[in-house]
Amino acid sequence: MARISVSVDGIRHEDDVEPRVLLVHYLRDRAGKVGTVVGCDTTNCGACTVLMDGMSVKSCSVLAVQADGAEITTVEGLAGDDGALHPVQQAFHECHALQCGFCTPGMLMAAVDLLSNNPDPSEQEIREGLEGNLCRCTGYHNIVRAVAQAAKAGGPEAAASREEVPA
Amino acid sequence: MTALAEGAVPEVGHARWRREDAHLLTGQTRWTDNITLPGMLHLSILRSPVAHATITKVDVSAARGRPGVVAAFSGADLAGDWGPLPMAWTVSEDQKSPPHFPLTADKVRFVGDGVAVVAATSREAAVDALEAIEFEFETLPVVIDMDAATTEGSALVHDDVPANRCFTWQESHGDYAAAKDRAEVVLRRRFINQRLIPTAMEPRSVVVQPSPATGEYTMWSSTQVPHFVQIFISLTAGVPQSSLRVIAPDVGGGFGSKLDVYAEEAIGVVLAKKLGVPVKWTETRSENYQATIHGRDLIQDAEIAATRDGTVLGLKVDLIVNMGGYLQLLTPCIPLLGRYMYPGIYKFEAHDLSCTGVFTNTTPTDAYRGAGRPEATYVIERIMDELANELRMGPLELRRKNWIQHDEFPYTTVCGLEYDTGDYEKATARATELLGYDELRREQQERRDRNDPVQIGIGVSTYTEMCGLAPSRWLGREGYIAGGWEAATVRVLPLGKVEVVTGTSPHGQGHETTFAQITADALGVPFDDVVVVHGDTRTAPLGLDTYGSRSLAVGGIAIHQACEKIVEKARALAAHQLECDPSDLEFSAGTFTVRGSPESSKAIQELAFASFVAHDLPDGANPILTADAVLDPETFSFPHGTHLAHVEVDTETGAVALKKYVAVDDVGKVVNPSVVEGQVHGGVTQGIAQALFEGAVYDAEGNLVTGTMVDYLVPSAADLPSFTTDRTETPSTTNPLGVKGVGEAGTIASTPAVVNAVVDALRPRGVNDVEMPCTPLHVWQAMEAAKGEPR
Repeated sequence: MARISVSVDGIRHEDDVEPRVLLVHYLRDRAGKVGTVVGCDTTNCGACTVLMDGMSVKSCSVLAVQADGAEITTVEGLAGDDGALHPVQQAFHECHALQCGFCTPGMLMAAVDLLSNNPDPSEQEIREGLEGNLCRCTGYHNIVRAVAQAAKAGGPEAAASREEVPA
Repeated sequence: MTALAEGAVPEVGHARWRREDAHLLTGQTRWTDNITLPGMLHLSILRSPVAHATITKVDVSAARGRPGVVAAFSGADLAGDWGPLPMAWTVSEDQKSPPHFPLTADKVRFVGDGVAVVAATSREAAVDALEAIEFEFETLPVVIDMDAATTEGSALVHDDVPANRCFTWQESHGDYAAAKDRAEVVLRRRFINQRLIPTAMEPRSVVVQPSPATGEYTMWSSTQVPHFVQIFISLTAGVPQSSLRVIAPDVGGGFGSKLDVYAEEAIGVVLAKKLGVPVKWTETRSENYQATIHGRDLIQDAEIAATRDGTVLGLKVDLIVNMGGYLQLLTPCIPLLGRYMYPGIYKFEAHDLSCTGVFTNTTPTDAYRGAGRPEATYVIERIMDELANELRMGPLELRRKNWIQHDEFPYTTVCGLEYDTGDYEKATARATELLGYDELRREQQERRDRNDPVQIGIGVSTYTEMCGLAPSRWLGREGYIAGGWEAATVRVLPLGKVEVVTGTSPHGQGHETTFAQITADALGVPFDDVVVVHGDTRTAPLGLDTYGSRSLAVGGIAIHQACEKIVEKARALAAHQLECDPSDLEFSAGTFTVRGSPESSKAIQELAFASFVAHDLPDGANPILTADAVLDPETFSFPHGTHLAHVEVDTETGAVALKKYVAVDDVGKVVNPSVVEGQVHGGVTQGIAQALFEGAVYDAEGNLVTGTMVDYLVPSAADLPSFTTDRTETPSTTNPLGVKGVGEAGTIASTPAVVNAVVDALRPRGVNDVEMPCTPLHVWQAMEAAKGEPR
């Protein structure tokens, strides 16, 4: 067992974990963050994507012990304290960029990271930026539209401000 | 029926943002795997690593001693606890349906066949303990290739199924031999419709909570069909139907793969029963690829007979279809569900079809988005292109010559189906305009003329499909053991809100939004006052669930009918209160008004309270504004459309790039345009994926080579373009809303459109087919094979 201290959506957790535990399983089984999901076992689907110290990671390919000292933002921490949707969430809603919603947590987090790195992406840049996140319902058409719309709505600035979640 | 005020904007037709989104966007989700119950044990299943073997030993005793392990059972240990899993469709008298148990006890018949189960206090402990199970077996010869499987002397997947033939089917419409005699051109093609893995993003998961004191069980399952699961698992696991509540909470996609009743659902109930505590099983993606059904996988030999002027006379199709190692719920019927669709939108006089189902040592196949109709459409739309090429006609020119003209509806096809409406001319005109068809043909010619290494291909698919499954009598005649009706209950609650209970079970389609839109219009109440309840056999006890593009065309119409009954019930009450004759009342914007006396009115939402307290009802009236409707459709609906694909094929590398995709669909009246577009986008993508990217591959030993997402190429955003979509609207005449259904249309249409485009790009090189998926390798092989062939 290893002792870790990790901030998840603004709440500090101290836990003993087996060294082999994946971050996604830690989030789901220990931190109660079941909004982040597991869609594959080979790091292909991206459904488990979260932000770790502001950068998107597939939480199935990070060990919980590697997150020691880190600040994790999951889909559950994306909306504002007042419940207002993040611009990327709002754009997904308005553009019908989700159907079953299972890829959505990862897709949203990947999109937030994409926009924080590239506030004004072209369609091709959005498509390549989301290459690591698979969706089976939408054909990506509306996801790409939503990310472009969020970019126009000032997504990156809003994203940056929300990443500064107090520990 | 219209309940709208004059000038009011109807809900139906409004691209409302979905109310489902709020919790999905914020991670407040209710996936089955999110459920944790006190004392819950985790299940893990030992699966066969070999495709075909006789089991000589399964000893779980060492596993039972592992830390955290509470129980472990082999298939033999549980043989007395369950019956076989359900198989619901017998297509022919000669069909062989060998029993399929939740865990096998004698032989394994595919890689992934379950042989033992461990229950432990954590997922990790359960998985670790699988290693301690002693599993010994003697391997048997493996049956993979379908042609070889049916030849004399082949090894047998099931000892009592000679030549591995599950069933044979033969049917004739018209006189194909006579049509062929008259033909001036007879063209034969073999198409391989490769095996696909549905890959719903949410892996399957099952939680079962027993109540030992009462003998009741609550199951949460990631399923499209909670009502099926309740009935069939009740039979398989020996639990009274009334004691098994099945809940489909949030379900992360299905595409047919969750239209089934699975071993793990039976295992969950049986272990919850034996152990008296809740149990959970969630598949890994690798398990999903091995042990959840696959789709397609058939060899299609087609022959088309025509005259030189391009008049099609007849079509003959012979199918060999892979069943896999066992029959799942609907396995044998899938190819035959498509059999009415081989003639597509065309008029001709004769159609012969034969079909042989074959057992092999592979994962069972079953319904995958479109279920038989994409396969049929692939044949007719591919061979129409081949015929056009043979006759030196344009692909659209040949189609126009043979399709049913818009003024010929209703039209009875050679298979005997009556298509109610359609306008293929209009959809095609719009699609060609959106693509810039003629201009692109000119550019294609220029590239051909200058022998550009990157060639342009234009692919056409003018599809139709039958959806809205299905008239129960028809299903009975076809050998299905259940019906195709759908149920709805609508209640106006005492305080005016409206609750709609549907027997359909959405998993991404947006019924909570679209069914509320239908209800809002029918009752004249605000959209926000309507909630839709679904997916729980306790709260929605009657239903036949979601598949076959049926939810709107059957379930939506049932809701509409229930609303009509509510209005009539409310009208009687309003007339009683207003002291007039019911026929003197006008109903508009949710309010009954005495004709000519606008001040005398009663809103349906206030009548609900009067109906609830029941102090002053008309004589003989029952309290409460509630109504049930069960709709058994009289026929199918027939969406259609024209899809056009523009590809570039790099003849130096074999790489295909999809440059533009135009989809013009006619799905009748549209309830929510953005939901419909979303269905088209996703459907089209799955069809494109078959054409260009995906294919499940087994090696000769029966190993699933494409056993993870690393090897099975589900396309990403970077692999696809944005789509150009539009609609024509020819309302269906078979239901009061004029709707048709859209869930499968895109998948049915797009595969042949894209392959036709790839082949079109390579025609000058003598290529007349490229095996799916059209990967650089397959394109290259097709070009090499065609070298020296005359065009």
